[in-house]
Amino acid sequence: MFDREKTKRIAAAKETWEKGMVAKTLAKNKERFEEFVNTSGIKIDRLYTPADLADFDYESSLGFPGEYPFTRGVQPTMYRGRFWTMRQYAGFATAEESNKRYKYLLEQGQTGLSVAFDLPTQIGYDSDDEIAQGEIGKVGVAIDSLADMETLFNGIPLDKVSTSMTINAPASILLAMYIAVAEKQGVPAEKLNGTIQNDILKEYAARGTYIFPPEPSMRLITNIFEFCSKNVPNWNTISISGYHIREAGSTAAQEIAFTLADGIAYVEAAIKAGMNVDDFAGRLSFFFNAYNDLFEEVAKFRAARRLWAKIMKERFKAKDPRSMMLRFHTQTGGSTLTAQQPDNNIIRVTIQTLAAVLGGTQSLHTNSKDEALCLPTEDSVRIALRTQQIVAYESGVCDTVDPLAGSYYVESLTNALEKKAMEYIEKIDSLGGAVKAIEQGYIQKEIADSSYAYQKEIESGKRVVVGLNKFQIKEKPVEDLLRVDPAVGEMQIKKLKAMKASRDNLAVKAKLDDLRQAAKGDSNLMPYILDAVRVYATEGEICDVLREVFGEYRPVEIL
Amino acid sequence: MTERRIRVLVAKPGLDGHDRGAKVIARALRDAGMEVIYTGLRQTPEQIATAAVQEDVDVVALSLLSGAHNHLFPKVVQLLKEKGMDDVLVVGGGVIPDSDIPFLKENGVSEIFTPGTPTSTVIEFIKNNVKKAVS
Repeated sequence: MFDREKTKRIAAAKETWEKGMVAKTLAKNKERFEEFVNTSGIKIDRLYTPADLADFDYESSLGFPGEYPFTRGVQPTMYRGRFWTMRQYAGFATAEESNKRYKYLLEQGQTGLSVAFDLPTQIGYDSDDEIAQGEIGKVGVAIDSLADMETLFNGIPLDKVSTSMTINAPASILLAMYIAVAEKQGVPAEKLNGTIQNDILKEYAARGTYIFPPEPSMRLITNIFEFCSKNVPNWNTISISGYHIREAGSTAAQEIAFTLADGIAYVEAAIKAGMNVDDFAGRLSFFFNAYNDLFEEVAKFRAARRLWAKIMKERFKAKDPRSMMLRFHTQTGGSTLTAQQPDNNIIRVTIQTLAAVLGGTQSLHTNSKDEALCLPTEDSVRIALRTQQIVAYESGVCDTVDPLAGSYYVESLTNALEKKAMEYIEKIDSLGGAVKAIEQGYIQKEIADSSYAYQKEIESGKRVVVGLNKFQIKEKPVEDLLRVDPAVGEMQIKKLKAMKASRDNLAVKAKLDDLRQAAKGDSNLMPYILDAVRVYATEGEICDVLREVFGEYRPVEIL
Repeated sequence: MTERRIRVLVAKPGLDGHDRGAKVIARALRDAGMEVIYTGLRQTPEQIATAAVQEDVDVVALSLLSGAHNHLFPKVVQLLKEKGMDDVLVVGGGVIPDSDIPFLKENGVSEIFTPGTPTSTVIEFIKNNVKKAVS
């Protein structure tokens, strides 16, 4: 990037400066740490200069926004055109309650919906299942059948919003319900916009809502890719997620590496199933975390974009530039929030928002200040949304594309993170790919090691968390927390019973039998699931059929 | 007198998949010299109580972040009692509002550790409150 002679002179001058002026200062005042190291284990220098980027080639490393390797962003004008989609993850209690929250968020200027499901829904159990008791409507909304889904989107025109659904093992069922609700609204599937998370590998590695073993799970995923490429062309068929890997304790470099390794596994599975890479790769999307180390995070997003572009072009021989674009959603880091002095979390979320925006995110969820204590109240969700709006409209960071590019530090970090992530990916390749690496517990062990190391840094005081291990105060218990009414469970079970009594149970049985037969063979299961959903077969009934044919995943426990 | 190390069952009741805390606690207790058995995810109260009996543990440490603690923690305590494990120390942790703590304590959970608790606090509590004669 810079003149070679000049960078040599600068490197020499830096050495002189360090031996002279810096050494003198250090003799009087030591620095805060012997060594500055970020969470990814990358050593941070005192000062970065053009000498750090001596071999840096602008055209091949950065290029232009909207062009390969997309380091500077996936769209040519980025936020000068329009801001990212402001999308708050929400859902609790019943479909009626959540529907109210969605309408509130849309009125407040939110531009896309993001549905949180309760755990029984995420793991394929109906609300009347014994194992669901105590969990109904707790971490998200309870959806048992198409009837609940109709209520959830009542009065929300599905051709006008884009909807993201955090659903993985049963993603095909919830997508089918969404398509069926749209049909009832008179909206054809090809007009639908949205995303299903549909990322089972990180469930095994970090998040825990798996149902079936890897092989049939990968089949369901590639079935969705294929079905959507023909019928729901604007749908993001997967959101390959580093978010939960990071929340489980990984470093930033591991977040990139394990996410892209999962991405590689999905691409390989789809190609193996007979698909052409450019027919589905443009609909792959990603989901990352945003932590507090602003520059490490910005570099992470840029490095991930460049690395994925190279993988798609060089490893999978994609031709369509869309197949090489890493488009991503970001959520601010839930595990960075403290239960102590919760108002401080607003500031943390602001820094994380800046990281996501300076890193070029396509959509963003900002966490609410009270999330280390409970589900967020309406007031705290509004502050979280306002944080995004202030960064968008007032901070000025959106007025030029990729404003931190060319920073000696940020470019050096971007290079270092890409290199470190690539080393992990090579290790995973040597283990036989992401599925094998998870089955052997490699990824889980790496995450657990990082998370324990992080905790020990906090307890030793080496890492300061304001209000937690420094600057503590005596606190009053926080009031006004959101509580899910325990009666929600009973109400949901009652609704489910009434629905089952009023539907055509013969049709349900017939459609479930068809699905069972199809699952035993190798046809695409999406049309069968859609048929079952349309006659109000419940999510639990459909999953039971699939559990019967596919079996259930049993994890290895790595401490 | 023969020395026996404190045996702890770290358990994840219910459907919650957040196990970062449980794993950190398990490692910290092990580093503090305790014997630790981790159940893995998605354990019913019955499975946890049975494991506690089979492993003859002194402590059951429950971790839950889904909000189902008021339903699941007392069930584990009750089943432990039914199985004759009156002398086992039960503690819990996770995203648990302060206002739920008195209810959980009334129902046999000796202490609740909320987000931000140093592992040293948990270790101290267990050492000082373990009910069986351990060493």
